[in-house]
This record gives sequence, C-alpha cells and structure tokens, in this order.
Amino acid sequence: MAELNITERQAGDVTVLDMSGKITIGEGSVALRTAIRRLLEEGKKRILLNLAGVGYIDSSGIGELVSSYTAINKESGQLKLLNLTQKLQDLLTITKLLTVFDVYESEAEALNSFK
Amino acid sequence: MAFERPCLITVTVETTELSLPSRIDTVAAAAAAVSEFVSRSGLSDDAAFGIDMAIREAVTNAVVHGNNRDEAKLVGITLKSLPDAVEITVHDQGPGFNPNEVPDPTAEENILKTSGRGIFFMRSFMDEVDWFLPPEGGTTVRMLKRR
Repeated sequence: MAELNITERQAGDVTVLDMSGKITIGEGSVALRTAIRRLLEEGKKRILLNLAGVGYIDSSGIGELVSSYTAINKESGQLKLLNLTQKLQDLLTITKLLTVFDVYESEAEALNSFK
Repeated sequence: MAFERPCLITVTVETTELSLPSRIDTVAAAAAAVSEFVSRSGLSDDAAFGIDMAIREAVTNAVVHGNNRDEAKLVGITLKSLPDAVEITVHDQGPGFNPNEVPDPTAEENILKTSGRGIFFMRSFMDEVDWFLPPEGGTTVRMLKRR
C-alpha cells in the first residue's frame, strides 16, 4: 500500500485532492509533488487539498506543502487546505505557516472562497 | 551502636542499540523501532508523538545531510529508558555538523523556505537536544524526553 493515497475529483473549476496516509520524506512527499506538477501542467490552478486522512507529516512534508503553495502562486493559481488534523494544525502553528495557508474546516466554505 | 539498615537501590536502564544503512527507508525503520521501545517505557501518547517526530527528523538529518545517503555509512541509534526520561542518541559518519548554522525557520524571511524545519521540530518536541562531535568522527545528537 502506498504511503500516501491521493484521489482527484472536480468541484466546478476547483480540483480537490482527497489525501490519506503520510506526507513524509521519500514516497509521500514525492507523491504530493508529482500530483501538483501534473495538475499545473493540465492548467488546473485552483486546488483544494483535503488533508482529513493525513495522520502524519514531517518537516519534508511541510516543505512540500510550502513548495506546492509557491509553485501554484507562481502560476497565478490558488492552493487551499481543508480538514487539518489537530496535529497538523499544531505543526503549522508553531512553524507560523498557519498564517500563510488559507485553511478551512468546511468543504462548501472552502469551495466558495475560490470564487 | 546503631547500624543503619542497608538500603537497596535498583536502577534499571533498558538500552537498545541499532545500526542502520543510510537510506531513506531507514527513517521509517528507526521510527518503528523507537515506537516499540517507547511503548514499553510508559510515556504518554503526546510524549510518544513528540519522540516519533524527533527521531524521524534526527535520522533524516543523519542519512541525508550527515552521511549524504552513502549506504556504506551507518546511522547508529541508542535508546535508553532512564528512571526519569528516555534518552535517544543518533550518530552519523559525516563531516560534522554545526546546528548554529541553521537559520531560524520561523523568522519572517524563512517561513516560505521548503526545508530547514527538522532541527526546529526536534527542539520543539524534546526537552533537551544537544549535538556533539565525537573524536572518532561524525556527529552525535542526543535528545532527552522527560517522563
């Protein structure tokens, strides 16, 4: 079983990636990077990461989230985060990244924010 | 003449030592071994989570930055269950590391950097973190989590 499973779905012009597993150095971080690069190549620049199923993330995974954020911003797109676990929220708080990312607990609210 | 009753003090220190190759999958292997060790140490779930974060970052540093992913070089890990704490050391065979050269990842100019948070996590989740440059070479990081 893959370290990180990513399922893609479309909600209007927003691409939602439902993620479950771990975003850690190696396979998990690479899977996230590959998915984001592919979406950008396909011209999909409004991306919502549903992290409800991500139970673990390390500094490499946090770095990959930042890398995704800056890559999408560079293409004039938007990356937003949905359903952070408490642990992930704590990590983003202590790294001061919670002020950088647009974070939502409701998918409807997150999708509306892209408009 | 009064004799003091002899006092028996028993101090049990459980120690586990691991020696692993410098590969990325060593990080998960080390974390699994530490998790098993910690589960026997009677620490809280929060403490166990912090140790898990710290050991992954320390071993990642040893594999990637210390040993430069050279599989011929080993990462040595020692786990000690002390009466009042769990002590973990991670040793690499690299050229030596100075933690003071790593910039603060929470400084405004570094927040959007894609790396440089590992040591910050180790310091955040453990009670003590110190680095040593032993005479035989490499770098040793010693981390302590109190009970």
